[in-house]
Amino acid sequence: MSIESIIFYVFAAILVGSAGAVITVRNPVHAVLFLVLAFFTSAALWIMLEAEFLAITLVLVYVGAVMVLFLFVVMMLDINLVPLREGFMRFLPVGIVVALIMFVEMAMVVGAKHFGVDHYGAGIKHAADYSNTKELGNVLYTVYVYPFEIAAAILLVAIIAAIALTMRRRPQTKYQDPAAQVLVKRGDRVRMIKMASERKNTAGE
Amino acid sequence: MIETLETSLEMIPEVILILIKIVLIVVPIMLSVAYLTLAERKVIGYIQVRIGPNRVGPRGLLQPIADGLKLLLKEIIVPTNANRFLFVIAPILALAPALAAWAVVPFSDGMVLADIDAGILYILALTSMSVYGIIISGWASNSKYAFLGALRSAAQVVSYEIAMGFALVGVLLAAGSMNLSQVVLAQQGSILHWFWLPLLPLFLVYFISGVAETNRAPFDVAEGESEIVAGFHVEYSGMTFALFFLAEYANMILVAILAALMFCGGWLSPFQGIPLLEPLFAWVPGLVWVLAKTSFFLFLFLWFRATFPRYRYDQIMRLGWKVFIPITIVWLLVVGAAVLANLGPWFD
Amino acid sequence: MKSVVNYFRSLMLWELLMGLKLTGRYFFARKITVQYPEEKTPQSPRFRGLHALRRYPNGEERCIACKLCEAVCPALAITIESEQRADGTRRTTRYDIDLFKCIYCGFCEESCPVDSIVETRIFEYHFEKRGDNIINKQQLLAIGDQHEQQIAADRAQDAAFR
Repeated sequence: MSIESIIFYVFAAILVGSAGAVITVRNPVHAVLFLVLAFFTSAALWIMLEAEFLAITLVLVYVGAVMVLFLFVVMMLDINLVPLREGFMRFLPVGIVVALIMFVEMAMVVGAKHFGVDHYGAGIKHAADYSNTKELGNVLYTVYVYPFEIAAAILLVAIIAAIALTMRRRPQTKYQDPAAQVLVKRGDRVRMIKMASERKNTAGE
Repeated sequence: MIETLETSLEMIPEVILILIKIVLIVVPIMLSVAYLTLAERKVIGYIQVRIGPNRVGPRGLLQPIADGLKLLLKEIIVPTNANRFLFVIAPILALAPALAAWAVVPFSDGMVLADIDAGILYILALTSMSVYGIIISGWASNSKYAFLGALRSAAQVVSYEIAMGFALVGVLLAAGSMNLSQVVLAQQGSILHWFWLPLLPLFLVYFISGVAETNRAPFDVAEGESEIVAGFHVEYSGMTFALFFLAEYANMILVAILAALMFCGGWLSPFQGIPLLEPLFAWVPGLVWVLAKTSFFLFLFLWFRATFPRYRYDQIMRLGWKVFIPITIVWLLVVGAAVLANLGPWFD
Repeated sequence: MKSVVNYFRSLMLWELLMGLKLTGRYFFARKITVQYPEEKTPQSPRFRGLHALRRYPNGEERCIACKLCEAVCPALAITIESEQRADGTRRTTRYDIDLFKCIYCGFCEESCPVDSIVETRIFEYHFEKRGDNIINKQQLLAIGDQHEQQIAADRAQDAAFR
């Protein structure tokens, strides 16, 4: 066993453990945090595979942005755990069937017959100056340029659709428009008046 | 098994060397954080026509040490019903990424702990991690003010990360590399060859987003002492509070040194390419230039804090999404076109 | 046209730069901090600090126990008890001021017909025990004896306006 494989097994153990914790811990916030840990350790595993671009992007996109929003939402929800646990026995058979189907499917795809070191061989060790990022970019923008662009367009459409679905202007609510507010000048709000001083009224009235 | 031991024994000197390098980076950072707090109080004092702290030691120079000692000795109070484990781990989660990001920062030609290829990405990833400390602390404190601060901070950091990321994309387009040392070397020539000029809008967006990312004034609604007392760290005291403090200032220094590296030529002398002055200042080591530029940006942080009133929350969101992101996207197109056209003197 | 100018002005951060210029100028301005224990700001002769009871030059205490100060005190900080002395004059047996209640308004001083109770220029004092905040007649007289010169000079200077 080399140092590398020791490190691999440590990370793998953390990954499997935290992934298991995601679906077993009771507190939803803890579950999300375990998911973050799972992402982070899998990023570490990717770095061991010399896929540093993918690993860092995983941390940047999933850990840094997506999971933050996830956490954001889960923290805001006041989840009552009791009703969540009530249906457990009722849905157990369905759950087991679905899990079995998924297990069989995955075994068929990543089973030893189709997948593994015999089929693909160990990874090629590259020199220190080998740039994984550049290679990835080259492939992405030449061979796979059309799928890449189509995926980008689909995501853009999804963003626009999401915004269009949620954006509604209700006439009775009052908005502040910071863009208009910052444009206000002193002259728009205050009118300076020059006038002669009035004569002082003597004798009371 | 014996093989493993042998290989691991061979690695020991290397590991020790790396550890020494880490200490050599972390200790000065911690010291500069301590003295940045003093500098902040002094600079803001001077701008407010005061003289700032001057009682502890000559001219107040021992003030940070007194502050640190005080925080070290104070009791750490964990609120009732707080989530104890997360409450204690949150400040560590805030500080660790702030320090880890320094691994790829070059201080001079070749003076870098890890000369990795995806340096800019790595830094972006780690700065995006630091928000977890804030969110977790806000949630674990079981306090509404802390929670409000955490929510504000999460939304703010995620929004400004996008603008910051786009600004950095401009840098790597212009430099043709994500390695920070390569980025600096791509700016060789003269002060006009530095990227602040061709990437001026991106530079401004980057620095302002950096101020927002570190939750500094005028974007410090996450702390917002006038409305939510101290935001995410209301419930923290003693050393746990000090860790948040260290993280905030370490992040500030990081943003400042990155601005110096990516837009202001890093360790390159500002007199490069000027016939008379260049040889005159040739003896100055690159490290000095980096530190001088970093100090300037740190001064800007303090200057901003002393000048601008806090933004309202909706104004912050508008600035991030409706102003910065469009500007960066437009300027990315401009930079892309300029790189394709080999526009001199920057992209030839 | 105007909106275009405004647009570019905001893009160039014009107003922010103006703000920075202003604070930048003050960065180099002369500092006005008073280094307190070593330096002090000048005091007015009308300064209202710690109280004192005065005596006549012959050593007789001025206070005649008229209780006007007790009546006028808005914070009810003054407590007076009086008795007739052997020589037939009325004098206080007790004159307490609770300095926690006192708001240093100076009404007692204004109401006093014999200029007995006065407020001095002393403002640096503290209490170390509970109960120390109530000062009695002896203490007040002692303060008056100690600072009589200053008190008399201040009254003389202010006499034209009283």
